[in-house]
Amino acid sequence: MGILINKDTLVVVQGITGKEGMFHTKQMIDFGTKIVAGVTPGKGGVKVQNVPVFDSVREAVERTGARVSVIFVPPQFAADAIFEAADSGIELIACITEGIPVHDMMRVCSYLKTTSSRLLGPNCPGITVPGASKIGIMPNSIHLAGNIGVVSRSGTLTYEIVDMLSKNGIGQSASVGIGGDPVNGTSFIDILQMFEEDPQTHAVAMVGEIGGTAEEESIDFIKKMSKPVITYIVGVSAPPGKTMGHAGAIISMGVGTAAGKIKALEEAGIIVARSPSDIVQQIKKLDQN
Amino acid sequence: MKLYEHTAKEIFKKFDIPIPKSILALDVNSAVDAAKQMGDAVLKAQVLTGGRGKAGGIAVVKSTTEAKQNAQRILAMEIKGFPVKKLLVEEYRQPLKEMYLGITIDRQAKCPVIMASSSGGIDIEEVARNSPEKIMKIHIHPLAGLQDHQARTIANSLDRNKSREMIDIIRKLYRLFIENDCQLVEINPLAETESGIIALDGKMIIDDNAMFRHALKEEVSDSLEEVAKKNGMSYVGLDGDIGCIVNGAGLAMATLDMVTQYGGRPANFMDVRAGASAEQVKAALSIVSSNVNVKAIIFNIFGGMTKCDEAARGIIEKIPELKKPLIVRLSGTNEKEGRAMLEKHGIHMATSTEEAAKGVVELGNLN
Repeated sequence: MGILINKDTLVVVQGITGKEGMFHTKQMIDFGTKIVAGVTPGKGGVKVQNVPVFDSVREAVERTGARVSVIFVPPQFAADAIFEAADSGIELIACITEGIPVHDMMRVCSYLKTTSSRLLGPNCPGITVPGASKIGIMPNSIHLAGNIGVVSRSGTLTYEIVDMLSKNGIGQSASVGIGGDPVNGTSFIDILQMFEEDPQTHAVAMVGEIGGTAEEESIDFIKKMSKPVITYIVGVSAPPGKTMGHAGAIISMGVGTAAGKIKALEEAGIIVARSPSDIVQQIKKLDQN
Repeated sequence: MKLYEHTAKEIFKKFDIPIPKSILALDVNSAVDAAKQMGDAVLKAQVLTGGRGKAGGIAVVKSTTEAKQNAQRILAMEIKGFPVKKLLVEEYRQPLKEMYLGITIDRQAKCPVIMASSSGGIDIEEVARNSPEKIMKIHIHPLAGLQDHQARTIANSLDRNKSREMIDIIRKLYRLFIENDCQLVEINPLAETESGIIALDGKMIIDDNAMFRHALKEEVSDSLEEVAKKNGMSYVGLDGDIGCIVNGAGLAMATLDMVTQYGGRPANFMDVRAGASAEQVKAALSIVSSNVNVKAIIFNIFGGMTKCDEAARGIIEKIPELKKPLIVRLSGTNEKEGRAMLEKHGIHMATSTEEAAKGVVELGNLN
């Protein structure tokens, strides 16, 4: 089971001939992902890791039946790549690219509402369903199949948490990075909803950070869920008014501080872990109850 | 990228948004000369921070003596840590009414939002806090753009009698916002004067991610923040003594939080971004260790895009000149290769963020 993807998902890699595209195509194939096509405009006809490369996503879809795309193209061209994927009928578009202009993302998100495509990211590590498929760049070795759904705004912090869960024998139904940009495609609530409906998922770990109000917006939904959600918020030590790297992680006018988010979550009766290892402890506690 | 008021106003001018006559001065003499040309003039400190008016960085001058005194005073000032190096000398325009007009991005609604208030001026933040109903907000569809009825509604909320003039400014400002990839553009105050509506101040922040399609360059300082930016990384200075180098903003924030939880005080935030090269790793180590307060450094990589062996190569090349104790955590892509390289050099290693954070605080206490 798991969410969004499964072992039969057919995937096209946009930007497959670039350095990152090539490297992660191999990693995904090693994981067991069915990569059926690559796209780089002007490079149609070549093969990368034995995967046929096409000039356009439409051609790749028509020839291979790919339903999911993963995007590695540089930020200048990434918005166009997302538009192209949506226009070619791709159902799930995972955009790994970091550094896409926010004006581009506003136009993209607005356009996607008129299509049936879902965008994951941008600036995200993708999604992994252990034992089935991996779309994106999460390291292959950290995953273990199980019943915990992981959803996070961060990339590398997700790896840290997934790795720690696995090392403690706690497997995952799926691990999803929704991305750290201020304007993105899929929200916490979207993923929480999928975990709620997924029979394999028994509990969820949600990892948030300073900036914006995405965590606060999830509170009402979490309260309605039948499954327990453990949250963890980073940026407690960040001084107000500073941007901590992610375009998304800006604290301004008192909105979006870690303290504010933790308070709102705790007041709603939601568990807030204090460290990655505390997430493990909180999940173990759930099992004892 | 935050723009100086004078740069923002040059862009306003290009978009035909009315601004006062002005001259940029870099020293007292040229400020005095400029003021002479203006009659009554305003001297305005050019700094990339707010609150300069309240700090005394703005002065209305009516004579050469006043211009000289104030230019000397303001050019010697430091406002919120920013030394004043430039003065904008403007003709003085008496505002009959001060309004606020700004455009920014509503990340929740995923679209631009225009904000307007007929109570503008230096207390706008107080207005926003205490009487938010006095600020009108209109969301703009990113694909449809600003509609006439929206511009009309905003204009009427500002000044019904000057509606046509106001609509014109709103349209131009929206076009400026879109064409310059702004995260924020703000006119405060937008003033009504005897000779019409005019932008007395201007603030612009341009999306760093969009700089590839703009020729604009603001002179940058040689601060560690800027050096990091030039190397494709992001750095924020803090006031502690534990240097932090991490890949990914989320993990970097978690690392700072863990250092704090173990009783340490982070000296900085640094995200070396995805796929850092050995050269970038070396640059990161140079930047972080150049802060004299730093007693020990935590280097925390969980590689997805970033390859651990590449990071290890950067560390090893830098080790001979690094005078500060270092603890390294490498996990993820090419982890085995990276760890093996570092172990040969006897570098302190950890296997998780928490272990590394605890270790670096101990190293810092010894030093």
